[in-house]
Amino acid sequence: MNTMTLDATGQAEPVQPKPLEKEAVDTKTKVRETVGKPFCDSAKLRMRNVNVFYGEAQAIHDVSLDIGRNEVVAMIGPSGCGKSTFLRCLNRMNDTIEGCRVEGELALDDEPIYGPKVDVVPLRARVGMVFQKPNPFPKSIYENVAYGPKIHGIASRRAELDEIVENSLRRAGLWNEVKDRLDKPGTGLSGGQQQRLCIARAIAVSPEVILMDEPCSALDPIATARIEELIDELRENYTIAIVTHSMQQAARVSQRTAYFHLGHLVEVNDTETVFTNPQHELTEAYITGRFG
Amino acid sequence: MEMHFDQHISRQFNEDLESIKTEMLEMGGMVASQVADAVDALANADSELAEKVLHIEEEIDRREMALDEHATLIIAKRQPAASDLRMVMSVTRIARDLERIGDEASKIAKMAIALTDEGTSPRGYTEIRHIAIAVRKMLNDALDAYTRFDVASAMATLAEDEQVDMDYRTAVRELITYMMEDPRSISRVINVLWSLRSLERIGDHAKNICEQVVYLVEGADIRHGHQKNLKNF
Repeated sequence: MNTMTLDATGQAEPVQPKPLEKEAVDTKTKVRETVGKPFCDSAKLRMRNVNVFYGEAQAIHDVSLDIGRNEVVAMIGPSGCGKSTFLRCLNRMNDTIEGCRVEGELALDDEPIYGPKVDVVPLRARVGMVFQKPNPFPKSIYENVAYGPKIHGIASRRAELDEIVENSLRRAGLWNEVKDRLDKPGTGLSGGQQQRLCIARAIAVSPEVILMDEPCSALDPIATARIEELIDELRENYTIAIVTHSMQQAARVSQRTAYFHLGHLVEVNDTETVFTNPQHELTEAYITGRFG
Repeated sequence: MEMHFDQHISRQFNEDLESIKTEMLEMGGMVASQVADAVDALANADSELAEKVLHIEEEIDRREMALDEHATLIIAKRQPAASDLRMVMSVTRIARDLERIGDEASKIAKMAIALTDEGTSPRGYTEIRHIAIAVRKMLNDALDAYTRFDVASAMATLAEDEQVDMDYRTAVRELITYMMEDPRSISRVINVLWSLRSLERIGDHAKNICEQVVYLVEGADIRHGHQKNLKNF
């Protein structure tokens, strides 16, 4: 079954149901407690004892983590460690995956994300998302950015929309490259430009948090550098959680880094600490490319 | 945390790290025997041995440059992190200290040649021997601690520098008194003083090597008296 989910701006992302294999239990280096600094004083997102199941299989084990205001938290770990699953819990992108069950406390500004009265559409306007592959709508560049504000009723008049579109494209560092061809299809842009268009689309609805799931893995080094520069600028106004396979990227863009292993949050620490002197040997093995 | 530099998925990376460590320790061995020879040349007024010490100096400089180059290539190719990064950093820092120890050994060798030409000093050889034994032990122990990633031994060796500094000051005071009593000996005694000074500096460099052992293993920078950065010790 190929389910579809809609995020803040209604952008569609096909979701493949996760395979339900049983995890190998790592007895030698069993993770009991997260080491380092999982909590912070000014938490925008607060997660406590989060467990996620896909049917019988448990994908996330008892993860507790804060993501602070104006902070970039990078989530790293080998494939299948649960970092993307965890990220997708933060704006309930896992809701539509059949058999997926999320337990524990997850709060945005102290309001429960999984509360019974929570409407996911405004939630996803507050917690936007950028995906691994740029996925612009098959519409004009202008429409790509204007769509979210329109459906969320943030702006309706052309002048207001014009302003939002220009502002968002400027903040995404794309305005100068596209200002003369706003009516051309977004799909005609280069990969890096498309990704920045998706970021512009995400910030057009003024989210408070931006979740990024490997936003640069399909981009060349120059486009990657632009996105990373952008992440740094966006941090002034937003809270950002980024999943990345590039250790150097995590080291460059984030203030704290969280290392996931087999669904456990092994270590969270200041990024500088993680990359110079990690506290847990599993973290050390992963970031230095050793056999774990 | 245990130190393992042979468990990378990339075998080449294992070899690269092993290789700079070996290069550094070889350089350490050369420098240690250079110091020993320089002190022997001074004590025995052996200008031939002193010339040999001066000759090895060029080889040590060459090795320092080669080591730096290899470390730079590892950084460029591998972007090392955590203990790997600390290994690369500590090896290059130690290489610089070793090169400077080589410089000090050369200075001692030059004094040995000067003393052979001008006639031996009437005083100071006992102090030289005494301090030389202490700093040579420090240097060997420091390199040994690095080989074994042994923080406790590094900290113990590091502490010995205080005694060396104290012995150095005592020796200087004695030699000053002697020069005041016998001004004709001043130029020769000063040569001995410079050599003592070089030995004392070698002790400082050995201490720096110990600090890099701590940095490599514990990730704590304890240079310039910041020993509180090393927790639980």
